[in-house]
Amino acid sequence: MGIAESILLTIATAATPLLIAALGELVVERSGVLNLGVEGMMVMGAVCGFAGAALSGSPWVGILSGVAAGALFSMLFGVLTLSVATNQVATGLSLTILGLGLSGMIGEPFVGQAGIKLPSLHVPGLTDIPLVGRLLFGQDPIFYLSIALTAGVVWFLFRTRTGLTLRSIGDNHASAHALGIPVIRYRYLAVLFGGACAGLAGAHLSLVYTPQWVENMTAGRGWIALALVVFASWRPLRVLAGAYLFGAVTIGQLHAQALGIGVPSQLLSSLPYLATIVVLVLISRNRRLTMMNTPASLGRAFVPDR
Amino acid sequence: MRIELVKRPQQSTLFSVLSPLIALALTMVAGGILFAAMGKNPFEALYYYFVDPLRELWSLHELAIKAAPLILIAVGLSVCYQSNNWNIGAEGQFVIGGIAGSMLPVLFPEFQNGFVLPLMLLMGMAGGALYAAIPALLKTRFNTNEILTSLMLVYVAQLFLDWLVRGPWRNPQGNNFPETRRFHADAVLPELMPADGRANWGIVFAVVAAILVWVLAARTMKGFEVRVLGASPRAGRFAGFSAARMVFFAFMLSGALAGLAGISEVSGAIGQLRPSISPGYGFTAIIVAFLGRLNPLGIVAAGLVLALTYLGGEAAQISLGVSDKVARVFQGLLLFFVLGCDTLIHYRIRLVWPAKAVPAGEGA
Repeated sequence: MGIAESILLTIATAATPLLIAALGELVVERSGVLNLGVEGMMVMGAVCGFAGAALSGSPWVGILSGVAAGALFSMLFGVLTLSVATNQVATGLSLTILGLGLSGMIGEPFVGQAGIKLPSLHVPGLTDIPLVGRLLFGQDPIFYLSIALTAGVVWFLFRTRTGLTLRSIGDNHASAHALGIPVIRYRYLAVLFGGACAGLAGAHLSLVYTPQWVENMTAGRGWIALALVVFASWRPLRVLAGAYLFGAVTIGQLHAQALGIGVPSQLLSSLPYLATIVVLVLISRNRRLTMMNTPASLGRAFVPDR
Repeated sequence: MRIELVKRPQQSTLFSVLSPLIALALTMVAGGILFAAMGKNPFEALYYYFVDPLRELWSLHELAIKAAPLILIAVGLSVCYQSNNWNIGAEGQFVIGGIAGSMLPVLFPEFQNGFVLPLMLLMGMAGGALYAAIPALLKTRFNTNEILTSLMLVYVAQLFLDWLVRGPWRNPQGNNFPETRRFHADAVLPELMPADGRANWGIVFAVVAAILVWVLAARTMKGFEVRVLGASPRAGRFAGFSAARMVFFAFMLSGALAGLAGISEVSGAIGQLRPSISPGYGFTAIIVAFLGRLNPLGIVAAGLVLALTYLGGEAAQISLGVSDKVARVFQGLLLFFVLGCDTLIHYRIRLVWPAKAVPAGEGA
């Protein structure tokens, strides 16, 4: 296996959780809800994924528990912001704070335990093709799921009636309500989907990316996923591009650290965060682009008046 | 069953006062359930958590040490949140404040006189304010989302501190431990009553800051400007208020207070720089700000409550053997309940059961 191939493989592994979490949040934001709790749901997915795998012995059970944990946890946010109309920014933040605390407590018995890695795909013949074999046919199953998910979200949002309805709610919830569309129900489902995606992304971290449990192991990836949605101006394919760009930055700095190029490792470690800021600035300075694409009702609570 | 919100004709004064208390009570109940689920007697656990730390003088001093940074930061955040500026990077401003203020005792240890400490505090405030000015600049100049930039800068600040204490600022006589030299006596924030406990001047700064910001918010034109621009930027523009200047004002004020908290913590409670100088004060202060209902005086009370959760976590770990991670869970739960109960101020909550199907022609 060549070095270029292995670098590309690790980039895909680093990009996958960002992609999945950002796709989930994209659907949530398209419905007009801003859930800043991605980091919290992701870390809950990571710890429950690890615990599920460790207790059952099967990484697949782990993946499912991660998804379930993220989805369940997102409902806490859903009930408060959708049914009780609380401030979405503050509620999302509290979801993150609670998630980081709760995951630390749940994960305490699992610190230092060896993890169970989700096995990568292996298709006899195809995986062994030189150069492209491993990239196309030898990655972890979640990678393929993430690509399918991207296509699925594109199809759902832009090719189905339900997707159109969801986007119309995000752009004007009052009009949607007047047309008889169940705004709150749509938003609940969107938040649930976002939670499941964040949970899956977290489980990928603790079962594929680094198969172990470390407190706060998401290390800001949930926030980077949020930034990716803005960066992608709420378009799924641009989320895909952005996630791989960030995967490349993350892996690039790790390789630079390993080579010891004379730059402090802390500076290299801060590159993904600095890159996020730079990219956000580049995107948002174009006011027309952001104004046109931001769901108009994003972050505004909706209380139906009858 | 459905939850239905009915808008109140005006804000309920009763629930403005009651909602934080209801939230506290609900947190206790949820905490009791949590302890019971862990197989502990919930009443005993809650006693160790919330009452035991208040029984001794020295632990009241510890409470003041923990409350000081929380109050300082949260008071600044209240101005931010009221003006609709979402600064969630106070943890980073805290760290940079600590670093900026430590420059004197670390780099110029021979410079020892009465000016050192005041200079350190000013430098800490300046450092925090300048660091907070970055997201403010990006928001006003490039329209960049301040939530994400201020948060990213937290990670950058923490890594910068890590580099400093392991690299250029490491104590030359410290056996390679990742810490700076210990501050000399002139650079240490004095204790208030050394005979009874460790509490230092930080808590005084916090209370003074809370009173000053309360006066600013409730009695000056600037405070009015904060509220108008927060509630309706459009109305603010008609009144001739500059939204861009308000972004800088709010961010730099809260950055300065977070920086002051940082340098007070470093020069008071710790006495040197280490790879980590905060158990998440910058994030916990967000909870303090909301629990105090964004009112500086309410924040003083809320800061004491949240400080108690830190102490209670330690106490419960020692006497009950439960993880001190419980503290963070309590803090998160508390914020959830606070936000949920605040809805009661604006809305009445009605539970609606699905009506029985009425046969056609009978209803009308």
